[in-house]
Order: sequence, then structure tokens, then C-alpha cells
Amino acid sequence: MAHVKGTRILGFEDVALQSRILTLMTLSFHIIYATIGVGVPLMIMIAQWVGIRKNDEHYILLARRWARGFVITVAVGVVTGTAIGLQLSLLWPNFMQMAGNVIALPLFMEVFAFFFEAIFLGIYLYTWDRFEDQRKHFLLLVPVALGAAASSVFITIVNSFMNAPQGFDVLNGELVNVSPLLAMFSPAVPTKVAHVLATAFMTSAFVLASIAAYRLMRGSNHIYHKKALFLTMKLGLVFSIATAVIGDFSGKYLAEYQPEKLAAAEWHFETESEAELVLFGVLDGEEPKYAIRIPYALSILAHGVPGAEVTGLNEFPDDEIPPLWIHYLFDTMVMLGMWLAFFSFVYVVGAWRGWPLIKKAWFRWLTVLTGPLAMLAIQAGWWFTEVGRQPWILRGYMKTSEGATTSGQVDLMIVLFAGLYVILGIGTVVVLSRMYKRNPVEKELAQRESEKGGEE
Amino acid sequence: MTLEIIGISVLWLFLFLYVIVASIDFGAGFFNAYSAFSDKQHILTGIIQRYLSPVWEVTNVFFVFFFVGIIGFFPQTAFYYGTTLLVPASIALILLAVRGSYYAFATYGAKINHRGYIYMYGLSGLLLPAALSPVLAISEGGFMRLEGGQPSLDYWALFTSPLMWSIVVLSIAAVLYISAVFLTWYAWKAGDEKATQLVRKYALIWAGPTIITATGIIFELRGHNPEHYANLLNLWWMFALSFLLFLGTVYLIWKKRNYGLAFILLVGQFFTAFFAYGASHYPYLLYPHLTIYDSFTNESMAIALIIAFIAGLGLLLPSLYLLFRLFLFDKDYVKGKSDYHA
Repeated sequence: MAHVKGTRILGFEDVALQSRILTLMTLSFHIIYATIGVGVPLMIMIAQWVGIRKNDEHYILLARRWARGFVITVAVGVVTGTAIGLQLSLLWPNFMQMAGNVIALPLFMEVFAFFFEAIFLGIYLYTWDRFEDQRKHFLLLVPVALGAAASSVFITIVNSFMNAPQGFDVLNGELVNVSPLLAMFSPAVPTKVAHVLATAFMTSAFVLASIAAYRLMRGSNHIYHKKALFLTMKLGLVFSIATAVIGDFSGKYLAEYQPEKLAAAEWHFETESEAELVLFGVLDGEEPKYAIRIPYALSILAHGVPGAEVTGLNEFPDDEIPPLWIHYLFDTMVMLGMWLAFFSFVYVVGAWRGWPLIKKAWFRWLTVLTGPLAMLAIQAGWWFTEVGRQPWILRGYMKTSEGATTSGQVDLMIVLFAGLYVILGIGTVVVLSRMYKRNPVEKELAQRESEKGGEE
Repeated sequence: MTLEIIGISVLWLFLFLYVIVASIDFGAGFFNAYSAFSDKQHILTGIIQRYLSPVWEVTNVFFVFFFVGIIGFFPQTAFYYGTTLLVPASIALILLAVRGSYYAFATYGAKINHRGYIYMYGLSGLLLPAALSPVLAISEGGFMRLEGGQPSLDYWALFTSPLMWSIVVLSIAAVLYISAVFLTWYAWKAGDEKATQLVRKYALIWAGPTIITATGIIFELRGHNPEHYANLLNLWWMFALSFLLFLGTVYLIWKKRNYGLAFILLVGQFFTAFFAYGASHYPYLLYPHLTIYDSFTNESMAIALIIAFIAGLGLLLPSLYLLFRLFLFDKDYVKGKSDYHA
């Protein structure tokens, strides 16, 4: 099917490649909103809960202001999510025809989970102060957070299936003995699902920390922002440690079930024991140059013991090896994750012990950077897992080029959607910043004070 | 009932629900833009924001439910429709993005109420049914070619087909009609006399085109797809029932009474017509290539999906009830007396 040709707006005709580019664009854009969509409800929940427990107006207002911004990202996320949902069938019809037979169940369940979330989000947003008891309103957030997390679990299950397909047999080109439940619980599920959830919580915490740190840098020295920053950095620390632990398990999963992905990511060409970990560098033939080498580390990552044997790329046919540049994606992801865990640890300890360091301007700027860096790590991680599965769309069963559409207009759609995402991205930033600038927290706090005064 | 029938009935029901809730949403946006254009703004804006803003994401899920569900129950549709619908479905996605971003940026966010945006949002409400409804024409057959085993859309045949254009016109007229009848009821509940009169007038205007184009399509089908036409005639009594319900709605709106019942009759009218059309389409998903039997998924997946559907419904129905009780049936909220937005 590689012979199918499209139009040449972008200068090449390979429809499968065009489909990959459009999918990559949509997913890269969607994952920003999806990550916020999964992570932020939990943050709002925690802030509101702390506010109720401590009877602290600041935390309640924090939850409320986060919720206002959150709903905008959700609305855009609904749009991009609908786009990727349809594009799966539009760009990969042959894959979906096959996958639909085996892995349709979690896709279907995801719709319900999102349905559930959307309903309660609508109710939650439009019922602030409608209940006498704050705790009742808080309870409405539980289904939102659960629905959001469940959506990501189901979608990650589908992605896991693409990496480690099971739950069916192929007999004379026909799919037989299909077991939807077995397909859902492939070996990739535990590490992938845990990793996606932990990183979504981590990234959301850091994004919110960035905002608080930025406000503190730019004029406002209100205690509200300090509380917000300390809370989110603590949460960021917890979830970045969780991410690191899960990341280690993910390495072990890869070594067992997708050794070619791990080997390509680590530039590990020959099967050997006591394998060293190669960080960054450039490749000269099969020889990494200018790289940082950590002895035994790859064996430990893959199997937990320094002497373990790690499968190398030499065990796989040339046309089944992922592109070697995923090495940089993997390293970027891991380095950023480590940095965020380290940095938030320093911050939290510093805040506890009253170190002047954490109030220094350069340190504050680094704090502002945590959100964007976490988002960058998310991008690197998803690019790594998707490119690292190549040339397969369904590992071992269907190559990406076989799954693609035969429609000739994909490149036109690339141009169209690129324009759409640029507009949506700019719109999100402009609207969010304008919304918070027009209604700064000091103003809102003063307003609430006077309203209370009026009632008494 | 076979699993195939259960599957297609569930999907058809959700598509029907989408048609109703999305029509309300699309049409309201158009009326809003029109009143901005003719300087009658603020008559409808408040009502539209109170009702549409909390529920539009829910509206959208009905659509997602349908296309995810159809791939689940009938995976082969991905091959035929997925390959051929790239361009129209992408256009529909862009239009959906216009709507979603309007809610995100203009109603939730910084309240950007630039006129251009209001017009774009309003116009997208008419273009969306126009972009989505040709799928119904395509499903009648004759617009898809198979070359080397790969399906492709014959755009020339499609765009010169009177059937396709009648369906497009019907979809637009129906959107405006459904929306106007619903808004008449909602505005009346909100106690907004001026808005009620305005949308009531729209309802009466669009009733005629809706019924005329709907009848026209049946005659178009006689030439285009005689088999389907014959099946339609066998179900004449359902269409007759639908027509009576239509008369009921128009009568009540005309007489300015019982707008709630008028809307219920309208839902009944579309329900009977939509299911009569669907039943007469049986067993084809796409004439003559695809039936619900040869494209059906395996039995274990079908059973799993149905179980998931029932469980999901158990979760959804109470939640939907709560949503509607708060935003549709709560008198203070509808009248705009209480504003509890975050």
C-alpha cells in the first residue's frame, strides 16, 4: 500500500508518512490539554479539601480560580480529543478495522468515562456557593476527577494494546478467539497506566506552580500565591518521585516485552551482560561518541541487577528496528524527570527550613520553568513511545504503512489542522491571561470581604 | 433480536439524541448571530448562554459516542467510511472547533464578544449539518468507487446529486426548526416574553421548509435507490404518524399554548421519522457494499460492548437527570435569578 500517492503540497507523496505527521501534530497538541484535563481536577480537589479542612478562604478561592481556567482547557481539549478520535478512523482505517474487532471495548468505555466527567464538570462549575455546605459542592468534583482519570486509563489501555497486542489469534488472515478482556489487560498496561497518571498529576502540579511562581515574580507578594506555590511544589515532588519509581518499572517492562525499543533508546547494539547506560552523545556508525556512560546502569534499569544480560539490536531484523534518534527523546524525558524531582525536593526542604535560597530571583525563575519543562517531558515521552514502536502500528501484526489510509488529501488536511491548532493555542493563552489579569486575586479577595460585610 | 440489531439500534438511538441536542445547539447559535446582525442582540444571548454553556460538552459526547460505537460494533465501517470521509469529516471537525472555542473563549473565558466571532459561531451551526448530513446520502450508494479494492468518494456524482442537496437542505431546515421550538419553550419558561415571541416566529417560519424537504427526499429516493424507496413505503404508517405529530406541534405553537407539549410532540415526530428511515435502510450500512451482518464484530466483543453499554447507562442516566434538573427544570436558574458560576 506504500505505492499510494497523495498530492504534493508538502513536497512528498507518501500518504502513510503524511498520516503520521497529522497524527503526531494532533496528538502533540491534544496531550497538552489532556494532561491538564487529567491532572488538574485532582489539584482542584486537594486545594478545596485543604480549604474546607483548614477553613481557609485562600485555598477555596485557589480551587475556584483554577476551576475557571481549567474549564477553558477542557473545552479546547474536547475539540482536540474529538479530532483525534475521528482521525484514528480517517487516517488509519485499515488499522481501526482490525483493532475495532479486538480493542473497541476500552475505546467505548472511555466515551462513557468522559461523558460522566463532562456532566459533573458542568454541574460543578455552575453550582459554586449554591450549597450551604461546601462539602456537598466538593463531592461533585469527585466524579469529575474519577472520570478524567478513568478516561486516561482506558485510552492508555488502547495504546498498551498497540505495544503488546494479545487476546486474539490470527488464522488464515482472520481474527479468531477474540477475548476483549484479555486484550485490555496486556502486559504493558500496569506500567503505562501508572506512568501516564503519575506524570499527568506531576505535570499539572508543576504547571500550577509555575503560575504561582510567576505571579510572585511579577509584583504580587500575596500570601495566596505563596500558599499555592508551596502546595503545588509539594504535590509535584510526590508525583515526580512516583514517576521515577514507575519509570524504573517501565524499563523492566520494555526489557521483557519490547526489547528492541529499549535497545534503540539506549543505543545498545550487541546483546551483553553488565551493560552500560549511554546518555546523549552522537552516533558514529554503531559507536556512540561524546556520550556520558554509566557502567552497569542499563543492566540495572532492564533487570535490576548489574550483571544481567540486555538484549541488543543485533537480535532483530533491520526492518523491525525503531529509528535510533529516539535515544534523545528517552534521555530528554528521563533528565527532565530527574531534574524536576531534584528541584522540587530542594524547594520543599528549603521552604520547610526557611532557606533564603528559594526566594532568590534566579531560583524563582527556575520554579517558573518547572511547568514548561514537565510538559516538554510529556511530549518527549509520548514521541518516544510512539516513534519507538515503529515500524509497527500493532507490534508484530501490522506495520504502520499497512494501517494508513489511501485517501489522497491528507497533506491538505495537515495544513488545515496546523492552522487550527495554532489558532486554538494562541486563543487559549490570550484568553487565560486576559481572564486572570482582569480579575486579580487581590481584587477578588477584597470583593468577597465586602460582600461578607454586607451580609452581616 | 440478534446482536447486530441491538448494536445498530443503540447507535441509532444515540445518533437520534445527538440530532436533537445538537440541533438545539446549532440553531441557537445561528439565531444568536442573526439577532446580533439585525441588532436584536441580548434578546437571545442570555438564554443561550444559560442553557447551552453547561451542556455543550455533553452534546458533543453523543457524537463521539456514535462514531466510536460504530467502529466497535461494525469495524468494517472504518474501512469504507474512514477512507472516504477524510475531507468532509475534517471540515466538520474544524467547524466543531469553531463552536467549542466559542464556548471556551467567549462564554467561559474573557467574554470576547467580537461580532466576527459571533457570526462565525452562528454560521458554523448551519455548515455543520451541511457537512455531516451528506454521509446519509453516501450511505444510499452510488457515490463510492472501489479501485483496486480501495474505496474512494466520487465527488462529482455527490455534488451533482439532487438527493444529496435535498438532504443538506433538510438538515439545515430541521436544525432551525428543532432549535426554534425548543427555545420557544425555554424562553417561555424563563418568562422572557420578547424572546418567546421572536423564537416562536422562527419556529413557524421553519416548519414549512422542514416538512417539504423531508417529503422531497422520499421522492428523490425513488429514482436513486428503488429498493430503499420500496422499504420506505412499507413503513408509510410511521411517516403518517410522524406527520400528525408535526401538525400537533405547529398547532400548539400557532395557538401559543403548551410549548412544552409542542416540543415533546416534535421529538416524537423526529423519533418516528428517524427510526422509520433507519428501519427501511436495514440491513445496509452502505448500499450495496456493507450490511450490518457482514461488517459485524465478533460475538465476544459484541457482548462485551453491550454489557459495557448497560453499565455505562446505569451511571449516565442518573447523572443526566441531575444535570437537566439543575439547568433545564430549575426555575430560578432558567430565569437567570441565580448565578453560581465559578
